[in-house]
Formats: sequence, structure tokens, C-alpha cells
Amino acid sequence: MTGLRRWGAGLVFLLPSILLVGIFVYGFIGKNILTSFDQVVTKSGKVRAPGGLENYATLIGDPRYQHALWNLLVLTVVFVVGTMFFGLLWAVLLERSVKGEGVFRSIFLFPMAVSFVAAGVVWRWLLSPATGEGAVGLNQLFQYMGMPWLQSSWWSAGQFNMAAMAIPAIWQLSGYVMALFLSGFRGISLDQREAARVDGATEWKLYRHVLFPQLSPVALSALIIVGHMSMKMFDLIYSIAGPNSYTAEVPATLMWAQMFQLSDTTGAAVNATLLLVIVAVVVVPYLVYTNRSEKR
Amino acid sequence: MSVESTVRPARAVALRPRRKTRSQRAWSSLQMLLLVVFAVMILTPLYLLLLTSFKDPASFNQATAWFLPQDWSVDGWVKAWDRLAPAVARSLLLATVASVVSSLLGSLNGYVFAKWPFPGSHVVFVLFLFGMFIPYQAIMIPLQALMLSVQSSAPWFEGIVVLILVHTVYGIPICSLIFRNYYATAVPTEIIEAARVDGAGAFRTYLRVVLPVSIPAFVVALIWQFTSAWNDFLFALFLTTPNNGPVTYALQALAGGQNPDYPSIMAGVLVASLPTLIVYIALGKYFVSGLMSGSVK
Amino acid sequence: MLITRRSLLVGAAVLATAAGCSNGGGAAPSSAASSAAAGGAGGDVGVFTWWADGSEKEGLDALIALFKTKYPKNTFVNLAVAGGSGSNAKAKLASDLANKNPPDSFQGHAGAELTDYIDNEQIEPVDDIMKALGGASVFPQTLLDLITVGGHVYGVPCDIHRANMVWTNSGLLSKAGITAPPATVAAWIADLQKVKASGVATPLSIGGTWTQTELFESVLAANLGSSAYTQLFSKGGKWDAAGVKQSITDYATILGYANTVSDGDDWPAATVMAADGKAAYNLMGDWALAEFTSKGLTWGKEYSSFPLTGNGEQLFGFLADAFTLPVGAKNAGGAKDWLNLVGGAEGQLAFNLKKGSIPPRTDVPSSSFGEYQQKTMTSFKNDKIVPSIAHGAAVSLAWSSEINTAMSAFYQSRNADALQSALVAAHAKYAA
Repeated sequence: MTGLRRWGAGLVFLLPSILLVGIFVYGFIGKNILTSFDQVVTKSGKVRAPGGLENYATLIGDPRYQHALWNLLVLTVVFVVGTMFFGLLWAVLLERSVKGEGVFRSIFLFPMAVSFVAAGVVWRWLLSPATGEGAVGLNQLFQYMGMPWLQSSWWSAGQFNMAAMAIPAIWQLSGYVMALFLSGFRGISLDQREAARVDGATEWKLYRHVLFPQLSPVALSALIIVGHMSMKMFDLIYSIAGPNSYTAEVPATLMWAQMFQLSDTTGAAVNATLLLVIVAVVVVPYLVYTNRSEKR
Repeated sequence: MSVESTVRPARAVALRPRRKTRSQRAWSSLQMLLLVVFAVMILTPLYLLLLTSFKDPASFNQATAWFLPQDWSVDGWVKAWDRLAPAVARSLLLATVASVVSSLLGSLNGYVFAKWPFPGSHVVFVLFLFGMFIPYQAIMIPLQALMLSVQSSAPWFEGIVVLILVHTVYGIPICSLIFRNYYATAVPTEIIEAARVDGAGAFRTYLRVVLPVSIPAFVVALIWQFTSAWNDFLFALFLTTPNNGPVTYALQALAGGQNPDYPSIMAGVLVASLPTLIVYIALGKYFVSGLMSGSVK
Repeated sequence: MLITRRSLLVGAAVLATAAGCSNGGGAAPSSAASSAAAGGAGGDVGVFTWWADGSEKEGLDALIALFKTKYPKNTFVNLAVAGGSGSNAKAKLASDLANKNPPDSFQGHAGAELTDYIDNEQIEPVDDIMKALGGASVFPQTLLDLITVGGHVYGVPCDIHRANMVWTNSGLLSKAGITAPPATVAAWIADLQKVKASGVATPLSIGGTWTQTELFESVLAANLGSSAYTQLFSKGGKWDAAGVKQSITDYATILGYANTVSDGDDWPAATVMAADGKAAYNLMGDWALAEFTSKGLTWGKEYSSFPLTGNGEQLFGFLADAFTLPVGAKNAGGAKDWLNLVGGAEGQLAFNLKKGSIPPRTDVPSSSFGEYQQKTMTSFKNDKIVPSIAHGAAVSLAWSSEINTAMSAFYQSRNADALQSALVAAHAKYAA
């Protein structure tokens, strides 16, 4: 069988998908970048978008965009740290045989099956900012529990308000990280634990020096997945804060406002392109790294 | 992360029983205590959801939101179902068709990537993978423009039809990954070679040898695609309306702002989440595998 | 967003008018513009609206029924899309317009919100139709001035809502010893203080960002007076004036009496606080009436309302829906039939009875409307009409979005200077 005949079949099988992904992913990305350089002048002569790289300068210099970037940074840091912490903690708690392990694992995972929109509807109520007598949601619960000092304005006020927006996201995705870590633990052979114990290592030392180091590839995967999810997060914020909240605005929601409130498609395209760049900076090295180590 | 290793039930590793020292017993109690506390925290929103959905919309009062209902009522459920039922049907159609088609394509692609590579197929694979991670905002403007322009000459091309196409296409990367990883470990290359020696072509080999053993990967891919199509909101918001869109959009319209009828809103949340929750409860094991496959390796 | 906000009115409107509405149509004067060929121009007439639910749908249905009887040669094609305030419905309209495939007529907020379409030469002036409908003899001149852009009118207004109403809880006010509505913003602040002193924790209830914008625009109009306020939206508008500064200060003081809210909170929860006696005041458009009516309360007894005023003027903060004539409409004749219907007295009567708003025409008999609507109609005739920012009458959608952003930021920071400079910047960016 000739080489061409041999791999030609593979190419033919793949062709429909290559075309679809080529157009819908790479073609559209290219089109979007082109749009982001557009010059827009209204018929009455007002310049809506100066065109070229100036479009990027305009958006990056806009305090509203900077505010959205700040919100995204706070959200991402708290969300990533939160999910990694709870994910690892739950994995450690469940990794050692415990009664009802399956039940707990299912409970920790169930929020993952719910859509962000559905979860957002509930959390919008739970994270209501009113305190004291008129409190609802979590603040009301704290009131009943005699812990009014726990009441908070949540995501509605303060410079670090997006830390509160991370709470429902952590609620939804910590179980996912836990599942990743659990599978990581499972991949470590029993012999290694026994060997460490025979050497007289304490449990802490066992985790610190034997188990955790072997989890680092899993941790990296989790970090990338959770991190890029945070950068793309739209549904949850839209659902909790409403379609055009400035307070909880991140680039992804700002893009919606640019398109449908500000009638600024060019600005939206600039924003989307920058978002792609931000995500690519994180994801591309990871993809290259994992694929290279796989080949080895 | 290969599908095979994650599909394997529960823990292959069980710690050998050892005599427990006092500190270990203390640790065990702490462990249980922590687990219970965390479980309660995770379930709190669910408690509020269930409780509120069974309250009487007419007498619902925010002040007693956390307490058990005075009068149990299914009015909220009835109202929510009335509002959401058509959208639930549309979402079922969307999630089913999109997941089946993209799984089939993914299966073929995975087979090529794992067993029938051609020069450059690895690059194509990595390019596919990147398609899995892109923020969909980056393609939304051209996508919306294309869909609307097709729609203007083909009016039937709207709502769920558009979403089926979109979810199928953007589901190709993850499905290809799931199947590639599965075939790489579950289908020995020798079998493929043997079929080839027997003179079977690439497609015959796929149909006769590969497809019959693909069921575990199909389950994982179908579940993953079904849940992500079901739960999607972003594409729905940009490409459909609450009248012809999926249930997430309809739920958002039901809950969006002005409606103070919390029992029906909360019942609506449950109605809109039931199919994925059922999938999750019935096929939880595979669901987890699907989650894992998102981690590339 | 207005859609559902107003749809709650249906209950109120229907209840209020059930008695008088049985034969309302007969009393209406015939439209001045029915000069079109009898039975209409013929062909399909596609009309885009976002009236797909509730009282708005009922209002539209009433119009459609009337359209069929008056213009039997035309076939009405209902292009209503739910959720018109956001996303795809608007994108679809924008794309259809851009692709030169417009509906024969589409709905928009009358006034500045139409400027984008005008700017892109997507809609045509409707001066002739307005003139045939009676022009200034049946529409208030101030309204015509406000919806005139560059010397032309681009939309036929079909309904009017009032934005600057303060709803009051009678019980709490009498407990605080307040008997008459305040004549100025300063007097209202004094009343708020009295209510607070009488032991009410939240004298005023507010909702999310757009309700704050509505409150602020009402304070601004009352402080500046109708002409200075309306001037703000012209090219020479002075947003850095002392009067604006004073209004921001007053607004901040008023916010100090209000509950804590999130951006996304909507108006019903805030209005219900006033109905339930948890707040003494709530400023909201006249669609708030439905919340009180649905609780079985009576205007003038358990609750009341007054327009926020100042400078000795009575102000009517207005917002209106209008229908347009797109450039290149396939059936322009049919579209004109539609515009004649929605702009005519008969159509406005049928539509507004169902929708719960009031007709822009002053010659529609008020007798078949409910008591509250009748009062509003009288005010509309006599008061100074000022355009609403929050509802697209005064500014374009983009400009109003920018102002909302500034209001949301102000809610957090309470930084008056920052708010004023944001308002100045928005004016510089968007004023024609």
C-alpha cells in the first residue's frame, strides 16, 4: 500500500471536521480581528472608531475597560485559588477511605451538572446586599444564626467586590477540581505509600514529599482549565448581576454591552480579540507543553 | 487522562487496614466532620431551591424564605412548567442531535488521530484542541453575522436549528479528544494492522473493528456534549430569542428581574436543571470521565 | 426591559377600564388620515415589535384586529420578538436594516433613541403622515418638539408613559406628619428626614441601576426646570453647570435615605416595599400602579403618588413608543396604513386601553380610561413635558448606557465630581 493511499483515507475522514473547525474557529477569529481594525464614521461625520491599532488604544485607555480588567483579575485570582484549595482539600479528605465516600463525592460534584444560568438565578438571591432587618438570602441566614457580622454587600460594593462573585463559581467547580485530583491520587501506586511508611515518614511528609509532587501535572491541568473558564465567564455574571451591571462588569460582559447597548461592534471585536489573546497566553504554552511531553 | 482509566469503577486502590492509633481516630473524626460541614454548605442553595419551589406563590414572603412552607403548593411548578415546557422540548432536541452528530464526527476524527495518522495530523490535532479553549466571544461577531445573513434567505434557519449546527461544530474538538485518547489505549494497533493485512480499508476497519468497541467513549462524549449543549447560554443569547431558544434562555427570561414570583422561578431552575441532573445521577461515573477528558491528557 | 416592566399593568388597566370599555370605539373621532384608498394599499405588512407578552401583546392584538377591519386588503404579518431590549431581537433588526431587508415598520422609543437609525439613513421622516394625522392640532407641541430631529419627525408616537412619579405609603406619611406633596426637591428631602425621624429605617426604596437613573433624572429636571433640563441634551448642553452639581448633591442626600441594592435588582421589589409599608416613598414610572392594584390597594387611600417638581412647574417626565417608516420598506403603502392606524385616535384608544398607557393624542376621549389614566391624560395636556434619560426619550441608547454606568459607579463611590465629569464626557461623546 502506498503512503498516499494509506494516509489519504485519514485525511478524507478528517476533511469535514477540518473545514468546519477551520471556518468556524480560525476563519471567524480572523474575521473578528479584521473587524477590530475597522474605521467607523457615521453618515453625519462623527468618528465612532478611528481604525487600526488606535481602536486598541481607545479600548485599553477606557477606564470602563480597565475597571472590567480589574474585576476579571480579582475574580480569576479568588476563583482559581478557591477551587484549587477546596478541590485539593476534598480530594485529600476523600482519598483516604472514608464512610460514605461515594455520597460525598456525588454531593461535591452535583453543582457541576447545573447550568451557570440556573445556578446564577439562585445565587443572585443568596448574594443580595441588603443587611439587617430587610436582609434576604445569605445575609438573612446569618441574621437568624446570630452572626450578623458575617453579613456582606457581596459583589455589590467595594473594590474587591468580584471576590464575592467567585463564591458561586467556586461552589460550581471545586468538585471538578476534586475529581481531577482524586484521579491523580488514584494514579499513584500503593507501593510508594507503603515504602514511605516503612521509611517512617509521617502522613504529612508522605503527602508533602511523595504524593503532592506527583500531582503537579494534574494541578497544572486543573489550573489551566479553571483559569481559562474564569476568563471566559459570562453566563454566571449575566445571570447574577443582570445584563448590564457596571459593578460586576468583566470584558466578556462588557462585550455584550458594547454590541447591544453601545452599538459599538468594532469595540466589541477589539475586546473579544484581547480576550482571545489573554486566554491564548495561558493556554497555548500549556498545549505545546503537554503535547511535547506526550510525544516523548 | 484516558477514558479507559477513568471509566474503570471507583477506587482500584484501597488502603490496607491498619490498627488505628488515637491520633488517627481523631483525624478520622475531623475528616468526617469537615466532610459533613462542606456537604451542608454545598447543599444549602439546593435546600433553598426545593423549599421555595413548593411554597404558595400567593403567600410567599421573603422574610420567611429559609423556613419550611406553611402551605405546600405545586403552583410554582405548574407555572414554571407552563412557561418552560416548549423550551425544554427545544433543548432536548438541540442537545440530542448536537451530541449525536458531534460524537460521530469525533469518533471518526479520534480514529484518524490515534490509528490512521497522516503527515501533519498532529498539528491538526493541536489546532483542534485550541478550538476547545477559545473564548467564544472571539468568534461571536462573525458567527452572528453569518447566521443572520443565511437566515435572511432561509427563514427556517433560526433558533434551535442554528444552535444545533453551532454546538455540533464547537463540540468537534472535545469529542475528537475523547475518542483519540480512548482509541490510543483501548484499541491495540496490532488489530488495526491485522485488519489492514487482511485488505480492509480505513473505513471498513473503522466500521468492523473500531466502532463496535467504542461504546464507552460514546457514552462519555454523548454525556459531555449533551450537558454542555443543554447548559449553554452564551450562544443562545447571541443567536436566538426566548421564543425559539433553549431552556436556559427561557429560564433567564422567566427569572430576569421583574418577576417577583420566587416559587415559580425556583421551580423553573429545577425544571431547567432536571435533565442534566438525571443524567448526572444515572450516569455519574461517565459524567466524571467526561469532566476528566477536559483536562487534555 | 421595558416590555415586561409595563406588562404588569395589564391587570390594572383591564380592571380599571372593564366598565367603560365595552363600546369605547364608537365614541372615537375618525382618524384624520384615513384618506388612504379604502381598504388599504394591499399586500403583506410586516411589523416588528417586542410586544410579545402580557398587556403589550394584548394592546398589539387590539391594534391588529382594528387594522384588519379598517384595511381588509392588507395582510398583517406579526414580526414580534420577545426580549427586544436585548440581544438577538435587536441584532436581527439591525442586520435586516443593514442588509436592506427591513420590516415595513418597526417599534422604537420615540425621541433620541431613534437617532442611530436616522444617522444611518435607515428610516424616513414621517412628517406627511404626522401632518395628515393632525400634527400640532392633536399632538402637544412640546411632544412634537422633543421627537423632532433635524427638523423632521421620524416616528409616529402611539403611547405615553410617565416616568417621574413618586409613590407614597399613606400610613407612613401620616405617621410622620406629612400631609402635602413637596413642591421642591429640597422640600422632599426635608420630608424624607421627617419620615426617618418617625422611625422608618428606609424612607425611600430604590432598585437597580436604571431605577437610580430615573430617580436622578427626575431630581435633575425638578431642580433645573423644564427648559434648562431639555437644553442638556442639545449640542450646547451644560452638564458642568452648578445646577447639575446641586442635583448630584441632592441625589446623593436622597440616596442616603434608601435601601441597599444590587445593579441587577429590578423595580417591583422596590415598589412592593412602598406598598407593604417598608418604605414611605418609591420613585417609579406609572407602570408601578399595577403593583399597588394587584395588592388590592386604592389610590388616595393606602397609597398615593405625586410627580417630582420644582421651580413652580408641573413636570411630566415622558417616554413613548413610536413606529417608523424604514428606508426601502417593501410595502411602503401598507406601512403608511399601519402608521395612520397607530397614530389615529381610534387606534390609540384601543391600544392604550389594553396596554395601560395613555394616548399621545389629546383628542382621544378620556371617559373610557381608568381614573389614574384620566389624571395622567390631564397632566399630559397641562404640564411641562420633559424627556426621560433612562427610557431613551432624551438620549440615544449608547448615551443612556454610558449614564447608567456612571450612576452605577456613583452608587459605589458617592463621588460627585467623578459623576459630573462622566456626565460631561458622555455628552461630549454622544451629543449630536
